Amino acid sequence: MDITFDNVSYIYQPNSPFEHRALENLSFQIPSGSFVAVIGHTGSGKSTLIQHLNGLLAPTHGSVTVGDVTLQAGSKPKNLKALRKKVGVVFQYPEHQLFEETIEKDISFGPLNFGVQKEEIKQRVQETIEAVGLSSDMLERSPFDLSGGQMRRVAIAGVLAMNPQVLVLDEPTAGLDPKGQREIMDMFYKLHHEKNLTTVHVTHSMEDALAYADYVIVMHNGHMYMQGKPLEVFKEKDALNKVGLDVPEIIELTDKMNKRFGLSLEYKKQSIEELAAEAAQKLKGASV
Amino acid sequence: MEQSFLEFQNVSFQYREDSPIVLDDVSIQVNQNEWVAVIGHNGSGKSTMAKLMNGLLSPNEGYVYVDGLLLSEENIWEIRRKVGMVFQNPDNQFVGTTVKDDVAFGLENHGIPREEMVKRIAHSLKAVGMEEYEDHEPHRLSGGQKQRVAIASVLAVAPSMVILDEATAMLDPKGRKEIMHTVNQVRQERDVSVVTITHDLNEVTLADRVIVMNKGNVWFEGTPRELFEQKEDLQSIGLDIPLVSKFAHELKGLGLDVKTQPLNHEELMDELWTLHSTT
Repeated sequence: MDITFDNVSYIYQPNSPFEHRALENLSFQIPSGSFVAVIGHTGSGKSTLIQHLNGLLAPTHGSVTVGDVTLQAGSKPKNLKALRKKVGVVFQYPEHQLFEETIEKDISFGPLNFGVQKEEIKQRVQETIEAVGLSSDMLERSPFDLSGGQMRRVAIAGVLAMNPQVLVLDEPTAGLDPKGQREIMDMFYKLHHEKNLTTVHVTHSMEDALAYADYVIVMHNGHMYMQGKPLEVFKEKDALNKVGLDVPEIIELTDKMNKRFGLSLEYKKQSIEELAAEAAQKLKGASV
Repeated sequence: MEQSFLEFQNVSFQYREDSPIVLDDVSIQVNQNEWVAVIGHNGSGKSTMAKLMNGLLSPNEGYVYVDGLLLSEENIWEIRRKVGMVFQNPDNQFVGTTVKDDVAFGLENHGIPREEMVKRIAHSLKAVGMEEYEDHEPHRLSGGQKQRVAIASVLAVAPSMVILDEATAMLDPKGRKEIMHTVNQVRQERDVSVVTITHDLNEVTLADRVIVMNKGNVWFEGTPRELFEQKEDLQSIGLDIPLVSKFAHELKGLGLDVKTQPLNHEELMDELWTLHSTT
């Protein structure tokens, strides 16, 4: 589903002493089927941005279009329900929103609210619990008896059960151990491709932006600071450092090796083994 | 001789009688002015360990000593004054209506005179880079900013030990570095033991010592350098080593004679430079 931001500004508490401009003249387009990473320093406007995607916030100026729904500044938002049906948001720490007695009821809650038929819901529950890597044997158990990582998977299943076409992920791996982080991101990546989703991923992890996204939007002070393919954006180390962001560590290490030893290694998403082999070869060659 | 500040003697813990054992006969110590990082995958018992350190939980078996005191109901308040704790989710630790008030809350509870309070608030907010936000409402801050204020609130009380229980998990990379820098700075100014419970391997490299928890047991205890030499073993319990260690392992396998386990880019570069110029 195409997403378009056209000159979007958002002001918290306008005309009050607390007035705060969180987004300013933001324009960009996300073509259907993209996996977009939104990065930016804490307070750069990332969270405000994604709250426009399912109409939790409406723009103060400009317009946001998701598929065939448009949120226009100044006019009462229409079709919000249709929008929220299509845009699934996985908030930070989604497991805090679990509340039902059983895992099955919790996953069913969203589709039930959107009036999906009982039989259809049952089927979706089966599908999604497996999609998030849990067993359907667990459905009758209480979500609160699960480990933190499992609870998060149940919460994610609840979002997936609404069959969204757009998936918005706000730091979905925060607080998980490295293995859990990788598993959850690999899962989203797989779903993205299998279900042909449009995915918007807000992240502090430059490594994740590099590994999963095909496009990166860099936010700073409510403005779009940079945009482009990950390898292009992460070439601009100085520009990123200026707004409190780093480049992925592997790119940083490659740069440092080049500078210190006068090498010409280029990072183009090769594995660490491949990169080390190139480096070793060049280092050995250089020392003869 | 290093003086122990905190000690666990054969500590076991389970949340309920019918629930699994979270800590199984754990004995560890943290010395005065030492920085210990505790890592382990989710459910390995590391957060439970943190909560036992300042009496938020008490052991089913074994003893917890803090500054020579055996943790008990009588001295729990004295111990909590000595051991400050910052949690993962900053939203659960705010009480004040402004940032300044929030930092003041802990100080008021400890009966610090007003003049001293004003000084400490300014100082600790500056230490976490939040001095410009004194009069802001905490709930309007972003997650990272909130966490920095929470850390300032703990630092202001001047405890002998600070526990950061995944306190940087929600911060962006720059924010994490700032906090780590802050911890380093505070340690230079005065004696304080630090325990960081973390998943961030770069934070681990900054610690004096690492304790790795696995299934309720101490799986490893030693320096970060010693730890990251155990690449395969660490991966077998679901943990990993930093990128620079991986890179060094690979180079070594390719015949480059990298001797020391590097903890950061500079160490690796220096080592390679020496090799480079002597061959």
